[in-house]
Amino acid sequence: MDVFRHDIVIVGGGGAGLRAAIEAAEKNPTASIALVSKVYPMRSHTVSAEGGAAAIARDDDNLELHGYDTVKGSDFLGDQDCIQYFVEQAPKELALLENWGCPFSRNEDGTVATRAFGGMTTKRTWYAADKIGFHMLHALFQHSMRFKNIVRYDEYFVSKLLVEDGACRGVAALDIRTGEYSTILGRAVILTTGGGGKIFPFTTNGTIKTGDGMALAYRAGVPLKDMEFVQYHPTGLPGTGILITEATRGEGGYLRNSEGDRFLVEYDYGVGNKAELGPRDMISRAIVQEIEAGRGLSGAYGDHVLLDLTHLGEDKINSRLPFVRELANVYIGVDPVTTPIPVRPVVHYMMGGVDTDIHGATEMPGLYAAGETACVSINGANRLGSNSLTECLVFGAAAANHAMDYANGSAEGNEASLRAQAEEEAGRVENLRGRKKGGERISEIRRELNLAMEAGFGVYREQASMQAGVGATAQLRGRVADLRLEDESKVFNTELITALELMNMVEVAEVLAVSALHRKESRGAHTCKDFPTRNDEEYLYHTIARHDPAGPRLGKKDVVLGKWVPEERKY
Amino acid sequence: MVEKTIIITRFDPDRDEKPRKQEYTVPCEDSWKVLDAVNFIKDEIDATVSHRWSCRMAVCGSCGMMVNGEPKLTCKTALSDYDDRVDIEPLANFPIVRDLVVELDGFMHKFESVKPWIIRAKEQAEDKASLHPEKDTFGQSTEELGNFKQFSMCINCMLCYSACPVVANEPDFLGPAAIALGHRYNLDSRDEGAEERHDIFRGEGTVFSCSYANECSEVCPKNVDPAAAINQAKFGTVIDWAKGLVLPRGGTK
Repeated sequence: MDVFRHDIVIVGGGGAGLRAAIEAAEKNPTASIALVSKVYPMRSHTVSAEGGAAAIARDDDNLELHGYDTVKGSDFLGDQDCIQYFVEQAPKELALLENWGCPFSRNEDGTVATRAFGGMTTKRTWYAADKIGFHMLHALFQHSMRFKNIVRYDEYFVSKLLVEDGACRGVAALDIRTGEYSTILGRAVILTTGGGGKIFPFTTNGTIKTGDGMALAYRAGVPLKDMEFVQYHPTGLPGTGILITEATRGEGGYLRNSEGDRFLVEYDYGVGNKAELGPRDMISRAIVQEIEAGRGLSGAYGDHVLLDLTHLGEDKINSRLPFVRELANVYIGVDPVTTPIPVRPVVHYMMGGVDTDIHGATEMPGLYAAGETACVSINGANRLGSNSLTECLVFGAAAANHAMDYANGSAEGNEASLRAQAEEEAGRVENLRGRKKGGERISEIRRELNLAMEAGFGVYREQASMQAGVGATAQLRGRVADLRLEDESKVFNTELITALELMNMVEVAEVLAVSALHRKESRGAHTCKDFPTRNDEEYLYHTIARHDPAGPRLGKKDVVLGKWVPEERKY
Repeated sequence: MVEKTIIITRFDPDRDEKPRKQEYTVPCEDSWKVLDAVNFIKDEIDATVSHRWSCRMAVCGSCGMMVNGEPKLTCKTALSDYDDRVDIEPLANFPIVRDLVVELDGFMHKFESVKPWIIRAKEQAEDKASLHPEKDTFGQSTEELGNFKQFSMCINCMLCYSACPVVANEPDFLGPAAIALGHRYNLDSRDEGAEERHDIFRGEGTVFSCSYANECSEVCPKNVDPAAAINQAKFGTVIDWAKGLVLPRGGTK
């Protein structure tokens, strides 16, 4: 087995991973940085973000406002020290991204333009028409190529963290092209693999979003935090779940019910023109309420409401929202210039993730996490739109900085014993390849998992259905160990990769289910019909979930409060 | 719902000497894209079929394949545009890794060779501890942005390489996407690297190899129009070269 040595190993090549790689490479030009990803970096799901990235930029804005908006958006579950650091670093990070070539849209005077977004007091969302994720990812990837000390392992699937004396010292990775395992050693490891939206059937997430980094950390004994909080984006295309950006409403679009009414005006989530710009958790609930009240529209792919952009005019749609026009045309046959777009809430983002501190450090020495994989937490119970891309930059850089400091002070691991761990892992996966004696197919288990998650953990949740979800995921964890696989080939065996991903998904789903059932209150995106109000007395804490053979073991972690005292969340 | 015969190119280098075809009968929904049919085969009929895909919204660039002989982004291509037999092959002009998966090594090398990043003598943001959103970003007019924006829209799906008759004959040709990308940076008002990229574009197998078949722009799913970029780059390269006769090197900017 090949053994490669680096100073830092980054797992995941999206926004957070690339930013971390650049930071590490710049900070220490003599260090060697491995960037390991199961896809070529430009395929990472950062690519599909549309609306923009948040950081104060205007005279009518300040850190205090961005901080307060984020804390309030989080339903007071975000850690205020982390949020303070985040809003302070955000303008610098976006300025760097501009310097690195991201083609931001501009004001008439040539400065970077900003647009309105949900839950944000003023315009602070930097954008590139409606393809910020694509442009950010490509700018970062292309900029990263100038650093010769970044060594890419494209299409390598990491299936295990290598841990020695309680510290993380590398990864075992399967080269998808050859089917051979490698030991990739690093004095620190950073997980930047994104979220796991694919545990749900109806999601904006690409097929690669399978919670890999969360599962890697969890199985290595590192806790996951706040996994019950799943963001439903209000506007996904029925059927495919393709994202239609919140920027449609930031630019003045309306949501309408079957009676043609701008129903959000009645929900008090925003005043006047801001009616459509409430936070995502609230707008998703409003849509579900409209549909349940019989004011939705029905279609081939279920009930929905309408996103009306017709009053914006063709010029504005073409200049600000061209991708939305393309997506609506290609994927649902609607031209938004003339016809409202059918939309419904769709799983979009995980607020929870690998428990880290403000520096991206986990409780395991040498292991860091950033981006959607991580839970710092700046997002608490509900993330504000356009904070997540900035989060990838701010905490990707922070994690790299601290990982590099840690790496400089830590000895190299024992190669023989780490390699032995990787060989054991290679053996496990070798036994899985083409395992015909197994019971069930991947697609069967995935379908059941998807149904259980949708039934139990929707926009609105109930104790009974969550209880059923807990049972279903625990049972699936047993069944996924007995998969039947057909493909015996070593070369580009995507069935094998999908099996490993499915095991990660089941693990993450069970943690999500158990965490959600335990939180007997409604906070942010976790809305429990049996307990309809927030309960700060009993639940103003982060949920911690630790791996245990019997199932996730829950604990608590204090929320870092500060100058913003929890209050009723009104817009 | 309509039944179609989907023909997939199969190739496993450990077992097959050369690619072969395998037919599958697939019940196709009216709304399906070509990718949906391949995914159906993978999930429900034959788990050994290998292909790449992810975002299924035409932006990650993973799922390019030949569909009835033409390079297509399969997540964006309606299956209903085809008759009852649909032939799906790996992208042409690339080595096959397995089935519908092609090798990207050559493409990535070309991509990187045009130095696709902002080149500046001095960085705009000197003190990185305290960047100001206005003072430390470049000013760029909408017009300046418009000069290069179109060429920044490439999703690296590589369809243009499959369509290009020059790539077919001359595998080392830098190719449409890479030239468009380098040109995109040359046109960016923030960039000062045109001189540094000059030789890359003037060398053998670059812009002057292009035969203007325009196939690249015709197959591009994102309307990047790489043929226009090549045309502009060629023209610019000629001008630079002419100026080089009278100006010392480095004096053209």
